[in-house]
Amino acid sequence: MSNASPRQPGSIERRYRFLYKPLLFIACLVPLAWCISGTLGLPVPTLGADPPRKVLGILGHTALNLLLITLAVTPLRQLTGNANLLRLRRMLGVFAFSYALLHFINYVGAIQGFSGNLIVKDIYKRPYITIGFAALLLLLPLAITSTNGMMRRLKRRWQSLHRLIYPIAILGVWHYWWQVKKDLREPLIYAALLAALLGWRLWRRQRATSRSASPTAPGTA
Amino acid sequence: MRMPRLPAIRPSEITAERFFHMRRDLLAGALGLTASTLLPARASASAPAVPLAALKYTRNARYSATDKPNTFEEISSYNNFYEFGLDKSDPAANAGSLRTRPWSLTIAGEAAVTGTFTIEDILKPHPLEERIYRHRCVEAWSMVIPWVGFPLADLLARFKPTSRARFVEFTTLLDPKQMPGQRRSVLDWPYVEALRIDEAMNPLALMVVGVYGRELPNQNGAPLRVHLPWKYGFKSAKSIVKIRFSERQPANTWALSAPGEYGFYANVNPEVDHPRWSQASERHIGGGFFAARQPTLMFNGYAEQVAGLYKGMDLRRNF
Repeated sequence: MSNASPRQPGSIERRYRFLYKPLLFIACLVPLAWCISGTLGLPVPTLGADPPRKVLGILGHTALNLLLITLAVTPLRQLTGNANLLRLRRMLGVFAFSYALLHFINYVGAIQGFSGNLIVKDIYKRPYITIGFAALLLLLPLAITSTNGMMRRLKRRWQSLHRLIYPIAILGVWHYWWQVKKDLREPLIYAALLAALLGWRLWRRQRATSRSASPTAPGTA
Repeated sequence: MRMPRLPAIRPSEITAERFFHMRRDLLAGALGLTASTLLPARASASAPAVPLAALKYTRNARYSATDKPNTFEEISSYNNFYEFGLDKSDPAANAGSLRTRPWSLTIAGEAAVTGTFTIEDILKPHPLEERIYRHRCVEAWSMVIPWVGFPLADLLARFKPTSRARFVEFTTLLDPKQMPGQRRSVLDWPYVEALRIDEAMNPLALMVVGVYGRELPNQNGAPLRVHLPWKYGFKSAKSIVKIRFSERQPANTWALSAPGEYGFYANVNPEVDHPRWSQASERHIGGGFFAARQPTLMFNGYAEQVAGLYKGMDLRRNF
């Protein structure tokens, strides 16, 4: 992970560590801070007459946004050649998981009133909830194995495991798509962004394999 | 959360809205904060540009639920009124562009008296009454609302529907200039809803002109809307410009838009789920984060008044 380019010594690495990363950390907390302060009645943009529902939306949207931003790190790195971007990726992913978990907890508590019966029925009977729940379950092992120690221990398998992010993102967008009542604009935007992010990877891979097939091409794997 | 026998509720039991807010202010004061510093965004969100005129009305206890009404703030800031946008807060933000005077209502179809009437002529003969109605949205949330209005049956009778008038259709204003949500074809505008004539003549069917003793805020369907407390909210047409009596069952907007999800009858029924969510229980708006869901009642608690209308019908098929 530490591949700061040779012409730029430690300074840029330090900037990421002590400036960009903390700033991003604070930015990631903003939606949560909005939910909490709105609930407490502090003067922030109002959560409206139905705060639990609004909070459900904020947490869900944020989880989905962060998932897509996490998926955008690799394409951005490849486009800009800035490998330092990778230093931010784990935090984004862990935040995506945290927001998805809070979204679920809010659903369980504030929306379903902790009624186990209702929740089990919902997960079993309502496809969009089944899908959302599946996405959360799949995120769990990724969050657990996000530590340096786990990365070292799992070695090559770590990367295969973390490719789960692709189906998870698809499930997440699908989950949103299926629960919208009428206006599909927003789910469509999410789907288009996700298609672009996954399409980019497919395209790169295709190009890489076709190049390595020709004898003169330099290895790009 | 009972509603069965429409028992007496003494007017003195209902907290007047101004007192409700005074309690809030007192609470905020006790916390060392004034209400104005605590809730600036909320206060301005619902304050109408022109103050809503007070109405003269009597309380109809017989047709009032005993549940505690939601606040005016909740009722006027949490609306499904796609003519003004899709978000629940959009109508309160955007409905200022609706002009409710002059307003006219066109009566058409199978009736002896048809034509276009000013809203003043429409309203003049009807004494107003307040009824506290339970409101259940198809999205599985609910409110309790102190409407001011008069029986729909009294209005319809004035037009002398003929024996061929088997259905009554309500059409909402179509004017994308006043209703910005109509600039996008989310639904097939104008919004149309309809009832069987015996449903429309049921004493519970209310023609609404006000809430909390004052004229309706635009976002609640001013100047004229119906409310049918035993049906999902989308059946209650808002900002009505036309009433048509017809022999054949009219198509209603939501059923046209998603026929598998929304039917013609749309009676509140805990046993018939929406294809994507359960209708067995509901979230009461205002309950906050720790309130339990309420069980949804058959016909939203009004079975005694309306169950007879649907005798022998398969309510699973006629959803």
